[in-house]
Amino acid sequence: MEPILAVEDLRVYYNSIYGDVKSVDGVSFSVNPKEVFGIAGESGCGKSTLVEGILRLIIPPGYIKTGKIPYKSTDLLSLNNEELRRLRWRELSYIPQGSMNSLNPVLRVEEQMVDAITSHTDTPKEKAREMAIARLKEVGLPVEVARMYPHELSGGMKQRVVIATSILLKPSIVVADEPVTALDVVVQKGVLQSIANLRDNYGITIIFVAHDLAAHAEIVDRLAIMYAGEIAEIGSVYDIFEDPLHPYSKLLIAAIPSIEKDVVQGIPGLAPSPLNWPTGCRFHPRCPYAMSICSTEDPPLKETKKGRHVACHKYK
Amino acid sequence: MENPLLELRNITKEYLIGGGLGLGKKKSIIAVDNVSFSVSKEKPTILALVGESGSGKTTMSRIILGLLEPTSGEILYEGRDVRNWIKKDRKAYRRNVQVIFQDPYSIYNPFYRVDRVLFKAVKKFGLASSSKEAQNMIVESMRAMGLRPEDILGRYPHQLSGGERQRLMLVRILLIKPKLVIADEPVSMIDVSLRSIFLNNLKDLRSRLKMSTLYITHDLNIGHYISDEMMVMCHGRIVETGETTSVVKSPLHPYTQGLVNAIPIPNPRKRWKDTVDIEEVTFKELLTQRQRCIYTHRCPLVMPVCKEKIPVLIEVEPGRRAACFLHPEVLEATKSQ
Repeated sequence: MEPILAVEDLRVYYNSIYGDVKSVDGVSFSVNPKEVFGIAGESGCGKSTLVEGILRLIIPPGYIKTGKIPYKSTDLLSLNNEELRRLRWRELSYIPQGSMNSLNPVLRVEEQMVDAITSHTDTPKEKAREMAIARLKEVGLPVEVARMYPHELSGGMKQRVVIATSILLKPSIVVADEPVTALDVVVQKGVLQSIANLRDNYGITIIFVAHDLAAHAEIVDRLAIMYAGEIAEIGSVYDIFEDPLHPYSKLLIAAIPSIEKDVVQGIPGLAPSPLNWPTGCRFHPRCPYAMSICSTEDPPLKETKKGRHVACHKYK
Repeated sequence: MENPLLELRNITKEYLIGGGLGLGKKKSIIAVDNVSFSVSKEKPTILALVGESGSGKTTMSRIILGLLEPTSGEILYEGRDVRNWIKKDRKAYRRNVQVIFQDPYSIYNPFYRVDRVLFKAVKKFGLASSSKEAQNMIVESMRAMGLRPEDILGRYPHQLSGGERQRLMLVRILLIKPKLVIADEPVSMIDVSLRSIFLNNLKDLRSRLKMSTLYITHDLNIGHYISDEMMVMCHGRIVETGETTSVVKSPLHPYTQGLVNAIPIPNPRKRWKDTVDIEEVTFKELLTQRQRCIYTHRCPLVMPVCKEKIPVLIEVEPGRRAACFLHPEVLEATKSQ
């Protein structure tokens, strides 16, 4: 299958007085059409920076050092602002982290949604309003929500408004960055299901970023595990959960408390700093299987079998 | 059970809202509604208080800590009235009841080294007779919690990870040796890989210090892992209590059932089979209509009686209490009230 979007050796750095902060440091993966592609990792591993890089939302002091992001015969990194503007919402849309706060508090839900439509297409206002209301219904919200202000809505409802807005112009890809953090379990379940429905009902490709592996287990098809600005492992969600190859993925999965497990173990040691990544494999200082080569050579992300990539010297 | 370690009797807390500048009507929001429970003295227990945001979990912890006055009701610590005790001798109460807050980033003063929270505790409670002894105690306690003193002492808060900062709070508790700790969502801001280390340390303290913990969380996965017993709270009321595994495996209240069904299981072969339909309840409704079961707006099994009476929380199975009219005992007990 031809991927709909690929990321090739993307490096996103931030300028600082101490030197470059290498938040995303050589990430490559591809996303297939109509799949839910998950990106997991702990705080500081570069998930959000990666997403902002893909969407070209990096602002100084951040900059894109190298990389290519082929999307439908164009490279997203080569587009100018006007070309990007035309792409946004219509092709690529975004559900940001803490998107509950991304609504304008002084505008009614409907007005904000109509705004998004009319500024990106020539749709007349009346038609845009109908579209907005239709989308709200599709994510399970009552019609009255259209006439409400954000403060009148609960966290879960606001999140659904943002989801409805993201699909206003039927984009091919929706990128959701931590869309369910800070929501209650029952609401979280509803919101995750609404996101999965975007794929099931409209064939939208979804890039789903979250630190919570249990959320990934519920909705994604393929999963990438990130550690220290790099990808440790990519595979189908079943492969990753049932037979994790990278020691970090193994330990991370063993560390999730669950009502199905009686013992969980943490990963000793600390996540490294992006100012100064460890030499060699970035996980080696915390890795129980570290060999001498691990501290000198950074293992490349290699395909071990079809659709399965891992960056670890254990698999040569 | 005579004189439990901690006992809450019919605690209610109302917050008044509105009426500012003499305008509008004053209203009250009931955050904690007639809550009673106790923590056993004989057996050190980790008791999880589970509920969604707005269920009154944090209000309850603040009441127990003496940071908030309840509107009505009694709190007893070993049979002693806590409200009076705190007024007279707050320090003595603190010696017995300690707290771990949610945010490991805001509890430290960024201008001081992290050692200070430990030395202050030693000094305030007179735990050591000399500074040499204090130093030794601190180093020993840190080792016991798996922290390396040479990596941590002398550092500033921003140089430590959230997990380390939170575990330092456990070191502090190991020094003070309280009988009860209130832990309010202590791992919600820590990374997954470090969470379990904290949780295992906390379990270790239960056996080491014979210490009980009230563990407040919204995360049932964590609540299940850490606790021996569980209480489920919904809009200010306790709806179910019991031994943790049995509560999670076979919930007696539809609210608990709903929560358990919504837990994401970290196993892609066990995905959710049902979908949720969230009917949002507005604040107003909960404000005015409390003479009924508090879960009627979302309960799939709602009956007419649920909207007329408040179900009492009584034992329906050995060691398990539930406040739901689906259990005939509850209906009987409510009627005979």
